[in-house]
Amino acid sequence: MDNMTLIVLLLILMGVAYQLGLTRSRAVASNTTGRMNSRPGYYGWLVALWCGLPALLVFVLWTLLEPAVIRSVVFSQLPPEMSNLSSQQVGNLMQRLGDIASGYGVSGEPAPYEVAAAETLARLRGIGELAKIAVMASLALGGLFIARGRIRPQLRARNHVEKVVNVGLLLCSGVAILTTVGIVFSMFGEAMRFFSFVNPLDFFFGLNWNPRFSSTGHSSYGDFGLLPLLWGTLMISIIALLVAVPVGLMTAIYMSEYAPSWLRSFAKPVIEVLAGIPTIVYGVFALMVVGPFFSSVGDLVGIQIRSTSALTAGFVMGVMIIPFVSSLSDDIISQVPQSLRDGSLGMGATKSETIRQVVLPAALPGIVGAFLLAASRAIGETMIVVLAAGNSPVLHANPFEAVSTVTVTIVNQLTGDTDFASPQSLVAFALGLTLFVITLGLNVVALYIVRKYREQYD
Amino acid sequence: MKMVDPEVMVQHRDDRQSQSPASQTVKISARDVKIYYGDTQAIKGIDLDIMENEVISFIGPSGCGKSTFLRALNRMNDTIEGSRLEGTVTLDGEDIYDPSLDVVLLRAKVGMVFQKPNPFPKSIYDNIAYGPRLHGLAKRKYDLDEIVETSLRKAGLWEEVKDRLDKPGTGLSGGQQQRLCIARAIAVSPEVILMDEPCSALDPIATAKIEELIDELTESYTIVIVTHSMQQAARVSHRTAYFHLGELVEVNDTETVFTKPENELTEAYITGRFG
Repeated sequence: MDNMTLIVLLLILMGVAYQLGLTRSRAVASNTTGRMNSRPGYYGWLVALWCGLPALLVFVLWTLLEPAVIRSVVFSQLPPEMSNLSSQQVGNLMQRLGDIASGYGVSGEPAPYEVAAAETLARLRGIGELAKIAVMASLALGGLFIARGRIRPQLRARNHVEKVVNVGLLLCSGVAILTTVGIVFSMFGEAMRFFSFVNPLDFFFGLNWNPRFSSTGHSSYGDFGLLPLLWGTLMISIIALLVAVPVGLMTAIYMSEYAPSWLRSFAKPVIEVLAGIPTIVYGVFALMVVGPFFSSVGDLVGIQIRSTSALTAGFVMGVMIIPFVSSLSDDIISQVPQSLRDGSLGMGATKSETIRQVVLPAALPGIVGAFLLAASRAIGETMIVVLAAGNSPVLHANPFEAVSTVTVTIVNQLTGDTDFASPQSLVAFALGLTLFVITLGLNVVALYIVRKYREQYD
Repeated sequence: MKMVDPEVMVQHRDDRQSQSPASQTVKISARDVKIYYGDTQAIKGIDLDIMENEVISFIGPSGCGKSTFLRALNRMNDTIEGSRLEGTVTLDGEDIYDPSLDVVLLRAKVGMVFQKPNPFPKSIYDNIAYGPRLHGLAKRKYDLDEIVETSLRKAGLWEEVKDRLDKPGTGLSGGQQQRLCIARAIAVSPEVILMDEPCSALDPIATAKIEELIDELTESYTIVIVTHSMQQAARVSHRTAYFHLGELVEVNDTETVFTKPENELTEAYITGRFG
C-alpha cells in the first residue's frame, strides 16, 4: 500500500468520523435537557480531527525517520570496512541494495554481504510498512472513538476546533518564512564553499571580473571582483529610477488629484498593465527598438552611444517600474486625509500649492518607501539587462557603454556546461547572496518607512 | 419658502440682545440659492442675509444641507466633483460666483474651520505662517513672527505653545489642534470665519474654550457656525437658522428660536421630537 492510498484512506476515515461525530452529537442533544455547547458540525469536525491528526503526524514522522533507521540497521550488518563511507557512497550503496532487494538487475555480481543486507532491507521495509499502517489505523480509530465518546453538552467543541484552525494558519504562514530561511541557508552554504576557493576580500573589493572557465584547468581561477558588477547594477538602477520616479510620481499626482473619475478608472488599469508585461518582452523591446533608437540619436548629436548600453537597459527598466512607483504613490497620496486638502484650499491656496506644500510633504515618507521598493525591484531585474545591457563587466562610468550586472552574471555563470563544484559556478551563489542582502535591506527600510507613515494617520 | 425681512430681524436682535456687537450692515447675502450634487438637489432655494460681526448658527437634522450651504459661502463646494450652484451669493455686495472672481482671494476673506481639527503635518509656526506666506502678507521674518504671535494670542493658544513653536502641530491635543486651526484661519485676516461643527470632535472642556473664543472673535469677525448641539447654538450665536431637508425653515434671534419658534418643524426639532 503506497503512501498516497494511505492518505486517501485516512481522509475517507475522517469523513466517516465527521458523520459519526455529527450523529452522536445529535443523539446526545436529544437525550439532554440542556443546550449543547456547539453546533453539531463542530462535534463532527472535532471527532474528524482527533481521528486524522495524530495518525497524520505519525505518518509524517515515520516517513521522515524510517529510511535513516533502516539504513543504520542494515549498515550495522555490513563488513566493518564499509563503516566509513562518504555520504554520497552511502547513498549509492543504499540505492544498489534497494535494487537488489526489489529484484532489479544491478551492474556486476552482488557480493554475498550485499545480498544479505538486501534481504534485511526488504524484510525491514515490509515490517515497517505493516507497522506504520497498524499504528496509524489504531491511532485513527482510537482517536475517533475516544473523541466520539467524549461528546457531552459541556464539551466546547467549537473552541477546540478554533484552536486547531489557529495552529493550521500559523503553520501555513510558517511555510513562507521557512522557505526564505531555507533559501538563505542553501545560498549561504554554497557561498561559503566559494569563499574556500576565493578570498572574500578579493571578491567584495576586487576591481576585475574575469572568471576563466573551469575547462582551462584549476591552476588559476581568474578574477572574481564584485565591484564592476555592482557598479553596473547601480548605474542601471539609477538610470531606471531617474526615468521611473519623476514620471511615476507625476502620474500618481495627476491620477489622484486632477484626473476626473472616468479617466482614472480607465487609465489606472492601463498603466498597471505595464507591470504585467513579462520582462523578457521588455528586453526584446529594448534590444530591437530602444537601443537602435538611442544609437541613432547619438549619431545625430555626435555622441557614441552603443545600442546595448546601460542607458538602454536602464531606460526600459525605468518604463517597466513606472507602474510600481505610480500605483504605490497614488495609493499613498490618496491616503492623505481630504481634511488636509480642505484646510489648505480653505486658506486660499491653489490646487498645486496645496499639493506641493501639504499633500506631498504629508505623503513623503510613503513615497520614499515606494521609491525604495521600486529600487529593489530594479536591482533584482534580470531579463532586460541580459538582452539590453551588453554584458561587459568592466568598471567605467560611461552610461552609453555596455555594462553587466550581478543578476546577468549569475545567469551567465550557471548556464551552459558547468561543474557545480567549481568556483566559476559557486560564485553565482555568493553573488545571489549579496544581491539578496542588498534588496532585503532596501525592502526592510522601505517597509519601515511605509509603516511609520501609516501610523501617522490611522 | 419664507422670505425673512432683514429689518425685522435686526429689530428683534436689538430688542433682545442689545449688547450684541453685530452691526446692521449686511455682510453676506444669499438669494434663491440652489445647490446640486449631480442630480440630487441638496439646497432648494435659500434666501439669507448674514450681518457684519454677528454670530449666526445653522442647526438642523443630519443631511439637511446646513454644511453644504456653509461651504457655498466660500466656494468650498467647488472641490466636490459634480456640484453646482444656482442663485446668487454676495459678499459686501460682490457676487462671489462671478466667473471673474478669484476664488483664492475669496477664501482668504472667508476663512474656514473644519469639523475635525486638520493641522498640516508641519510645525506649529509653519501651520500659522502657511496662509500669510501664500498671500505674501509678511515682507520680513519679523512681520511673520508677529502675525504668528497675534493669531495664536487671539486663538488663546499662545501661552500654551509659545515654547514649542517648532514642534509639529499634530502633536497637540484635539482642542489645541482646533484652536490652532482657528489661529491659522485668523492669520490671513479674514472678514468672515465659517465653522463647520468645530467642536464635534472635542471634549466638553475644549468645547467650552472654543465657545469662549468665538465670543471674543465676534468683535472683529463675522462668524457662521454649523452645529449639532442646540445648547451650543443657544450659547454662542446671536441668530439661529433652522434648516430642514435643504430648506431654510426659520431664522430668528437665537432666543426666539429656542423659546418661541414660529415654525412647527423648528419646534419639533428643538424639543427633540426628531433629529
